[in-house]
Amino acid sequence: MGLTPPDADRSLAEVSGVSPNWMTARLSDLVNWSRTRSLWPMPFGTACCAIEFMATAASRYDLSRFGMERQAFSPRQADVLICAGRLPFKLAPVIRRIWDQMPQPKWSISMGACASSGGIFDNYAMVQGIDTIIPVDVYVPGCPPRPEGLLYAILLLQKKIMGESLTDQQLRIEQTLGPDGLFRTPALIDEISEPFGNSVHQTRSA
Amino acid sequence: MTAPEPSPSVAALRARFGDAVVRHRVSCGDTIVWVRGERSHEILAWLRDDPGQAFDYLTDVTAVEYRDAELPLEMVYQLRALARRADLRVKIELDKAAPLEVDSVCDLWSGANWLEREVFDMFGVAFRGHPDLRRILMWDTYAEGYPLRKDFPLRGHFSRSEQTRQALAANPESHYSLEELSLAETYHEIPEDMRERLQRGEHGEVA
Repeated sequence: MGLTPPDADRSLAEVSGVSPNWMTARLSDLVNWSRTRSLWPMPFGTACCAIEFMATAASRYDLSRFGMERQAFSPRQADVLICAGRLPFKLAPVIRRIWDQMPQPKWSISMGACASSGGIFDNYAMVQGIDTIIPVDVYVPGCPPRPEGLLYAILLLQKKIMGESLTDQQLRIEQTLGPDGLFRTPALIDEISEPFGNSVHQTRSA
Repeated sequence: MTAPEPSPSVAALRARFGDAVVRHRVSCGDTIVWVRGERSHEILAWLRDDPGQAFDYLTDVTAVEYRDAELPLEMVYQLRALARRADLRVKIELDKAAPLEVDSVCDLWSGANWLEREVFDMFGVAFRGHPDLRRILMWDTYAEGYPLRKDFPLRGHFSRSEQTRQALAANPESHYSLEELSLAETYHEIPEDMRERLQRGEHGEVA
């Protein structure tokens, strides 16, 4: 019993016979594949969605299965900003700065109704959707979304990343605030609001 | 059915302060007593220090504004005597036509500090003698008014885009005092009046 020392020559011959030691692939596919499998999330948890995020990260749902082994609590080491919860105006400059501090390539997930549209908090203190502050790649509906919902959003994000092109320079351009001090003009916010089915009385722009 | 008995504190208050006690009422078993604003500090101090009262714990300080415009704004002090296991709610009516001012009770119960700051932030009631009267929930440069007042629109006075623009223009560090920040890097970026307060040693005053 015990370990038998490998027959170096024989195993090399066998491996060479079965598969070559090289392969061809498009560089985009390789890079995108490695990026999708090593997304480090930066959790920006402000409310009850953060509890669901914790459940997603814990052993039962196990976010690590999708390459998110490490939670990056420093924006400098993060790839995905997950805004889990409502965002008050007081926190708007904070999330904007965190987003600016994250190095490219970076993506963001807006988790839950409040982060996506303001949700039930149609009031003086709440940002009506974080896409008025930072760019958003995937929106997760729900109040709060179940862990499966967040996992599905991550799978969608991986799918989106797989479709990216390395030569497309537009993807990696930092989206900064406009000359008017706003990230999105009110007209554009109205335009992207439509598929959300916000209440007709709830305005995200004006 | 007999009317519920008010707390014995009411009779004691009436005997000692007379006209300064406006009226009282028992609601859901809780005694509410309305007192005159100009003598509120004296009355609350007595409620705390008199051995027969001994309301040593201030549960909450808040304010109420009623929907009916003619009704005054009310300050609410919820008191608790821990040893006697007794509660008392003291209210002060503030005329909305006059400046909303009342004496601070920070010197009686230190816990009133942040509670009074919250009332100032949300209702605009100024507390005379408060050691550090500034906003606590909204940021220091918040310019839209007092959110829990009835004349304050639910979505605020400014448009969404203006609110977003102001929020994005803010420096997050300037929301906090130097003590809270523990670094003085942003000193030159904080508002002028806040800087002045900090130079005085973090102690504001009501004019």
